[in-house]
Amino acid sequence: MKYVHEFRDPQRAQGILRQIEAIAAQFPPGSPGSSASDRPLRIMEICGGHTHAIFKYGLADLLPDTVELIHGPGCPVCIMPKGRLDDAITLAQNPQVILTTFGDVLRVPGSSQSLLQAKAQGADIRVVYSPLDALQIAIAHPDREVVFFAIGFETTAPSTALTVLQAAAQGVSNFSLFCNHVLVVPALEALLNQPDLQLDGFIGPGHVSMVIGARPYRVIAERYGKPVVVSGFEPVDILQSLWMVLDQLVTGRCTVENQYSRLVAEDGNAVALGAIAQVFTVREQFEWRGLGEIPASGLRIHPDYAQFDAEVKFSLPHPHVDDHRACACGDILRGVKKPWECKVFGTACTPDSPLGACMVSSEGACAAYYNYGQLDRRRPATSSASLAPSHSSRVRR
Amino acid sequence: MPSVTRDTFQRSHPRRPRLESTVTLAHGSGGRAMHDLIDSIFVARFQQAPAPLEDQARIPLGALNTLGDRLAFTTDSYVVDPLFFPGSNIGELAVNGTVNDLCVSGAIPLYLTCSVILEEGLSTDLLAQIVDHMAIAAVQARVQIVTGDTKVVPRGSVDKIFINTAGVGVMRTGINPCATALQPGDRILINGAIGNHGAAILVARGELALDTDIQSDCQPLNSLVDAIVSVCPDVRAMRDATRGGLATVLNEFATASQVSIQLQEEAIPVDEPVAGLCELLGLDPLYLANEGKIVVVVPAHRADETLATMRSHPAGQESCCIGQVGDRFPGLVSLQTAFGTERVVDVLVGDQLPRIC
Ligand code: SF4
Repeated sequence: MKYVHEFRDPQRAQGILRQIEAIAAQFPPGSPGSSASDRPLRIMEICGGHTHAIFKYGLADLLPDTVELIHGPGCPVCIMPKGRLDDAITLAQNPQVILTTFGDVLRVPGSSQSLLQAKAQGADIRVVYSPLDALQIAIAHPDREVVFFAIGFETTAPSTALTVLQAAAQGVSNFSLFCNHVLVVPALEALLNQPDLQLDGFIGPGHVSMVIGARPYRVIAERYGKPVVVSGFEPVDILQSLWMVLDQLVTGRCTVENQYSRLVAEDGNAVALGAIAQVFTVREQFEWRGLGEIPASGLRIHPDYAQFDAEVKFSLPHPHVDDHRACACGDILRGVKKPWECKVFGTACTPDSPLGACMVSSEGACAAYYNYGQLDRRRPATSSASLAPSHSSRVRR
Repeated sequence: MPSVTRDTFQRSHPRRPRLESTVTLAHGSGGRAMHDLIDSIFVARFQQAPAPLEDQARIPLGALNTLGDRLAFTTDSYVVDPLFFPGSNIGELAVNGTVNDLCVSGAIPLYLTCSVILEEGLSTDLLAQIVDHMAIAAVQARVQIVTGDTKVVPRGSVDKIFINTAGVGVMRTGINPCATALQPGDRILINGAIGNHGAAILVARGELALDTDIQSDCQPLNSLVDAIVSVCPDVRAMRDATRGGLATVLNEFATASQVSIQLQEEAIPVDEPVAGLCELLGLDPLYLANEGKIVVVVPAHRADETLATMRSHPAGQESCCIGQVGDRFPGLVSLQTAFGTERVVDVLVGDQLPRIC
């Protein structure tokens, strides 16, 4: 914890903020790129963990008006499409199956119900803290098939892969994986290919990068001309990373930098990457909630480990289910809309009864705005500056 | 040869309750097995002075009348898993929890009931240990457990043991803390670090493969409350911050009184290991359960004296002022961060953790 305190030090944060303000002052409205728009600089934090921290510490309120944070698609719970959830529910309703998964998936709405509702109706669904716990359940229940509903970016994929390897080594035959792991860089490329999204740079995800390293983001800098700074999760980390992105912009550089070097190596973690490469292959397409099919953006189990693949062991309907008509999750995940611009935000869609996935996970942008951002919704536009002098009429309403 | 009557037989051969090593359905049948279980486990531990066992406790009113002018009455059920965890256990929890629910109203807790629902197959040794802890906790909290009930249900119908305790206390005349009484300017006090119970339970479940020395803060608060009301008879509100944690209590206060509450993040005490665990698991200690923490709202002019009194009490040595009441956004609790920003502290949707208390 001592180590962490350094990255929560308000005085350090103040120092960095002054630097950010100094740089932002060099970007008068209208200057981003060559566009003549009067929009602020738009920096996307890809990762839901960053979104959560930004709200928890109120960091956006500290920034000058010329810098805007855009929340990206980096919450693995938020991007899971309804059809995949329906598949998981179908699996769980099979009396032979014990479905295991992480707790935060339970409340995500499928097309007609969530896993939590299916559990209440009798499906055997168990929350685990690691895929190895799921394997233990399989060993303890040799008469049942234990399926682990695996989700997450490259952050969680290694532990899933190692669990499959362990199941293979132990000859466990009643364990399988419903694999929904996704990859971060293809998703970013898909975002950058969208014409309506105007971004000036990225704050890269720290946890994913501990596995894949900083190198894979070079394509973003080189092909798409957007700076990337891999960032830690403490407030000082995030502000420093933001400053590093702005510094690249103001000096006309465009590269990948690593603010989180205390944990992220340039080439990532070889053991973790090896496990992923051994157990998984890349899917041709994977559907993302709100973003549609993205090429080469998901993982499936390698045919060598087909005996652990729930999609091979069970016939799953794989339905494609459209999101609710009123739901703007896709625009939220792409950063082109703010949560309060969704027609049902805070009315038909709340954390108690979410319509979309961004309202479920604490890392989802809608949940973050709803849980932490109500002050802004209540605060009269003119009084907002009382808390943070630099935060003016960019009030969230 | 003198004839052996039923009377003399019983006198010369007092029947000793025979206790099997596990609870069976027969222990809930109403027959001899049940009486044996009740006599040897519950009566033997709870009854401080022998009294006839009736279906109800009979409480003399005269003594109660001298203590206050109203009765306080509460009930709670305890279903914690695991039954024993660092710092406490379900038995202590069942006593302290109900004692605390009584005393935060300003009442003097006096009598408890104890109803247990037992799972067939529970070890009677374990049951005896739990009841021992209840008996000791009752003595420490200065209450008597005066009546109870035992049910046994088939294996799988409950998780080992569920305990319900109800409690009766007397409310001191003129003292009436309640959630609707908060006023702008009031100060929010708490008697120490938050989240230890919730964190201890989480670790004790063993699902996280973590090794920490976090202990539950389970303790009775009635003596601390005695001290608080003695210096601050106009205390606005008191609540023990159990399930849902500090954030939930304050949201209830803010809504009930239609005031806003502003907390200072840096002033809220969180022990280092609890903060570390929360960091690791993405939890917020504001929502973690406590079993020995009381949130006290006092008028501003009483804050210093109340705080000093709390600090001089063994259950409140780390007491501090964590925020104050305002009127900006009625019903809203907010947190002022160290960075000078402010964010909302809302009620939690669902549980942060599955069943912790
Ligand atoms: S408010 Fe609900 S429906 Fe609208 S974008 Fe957010 S999660 Fe989706």
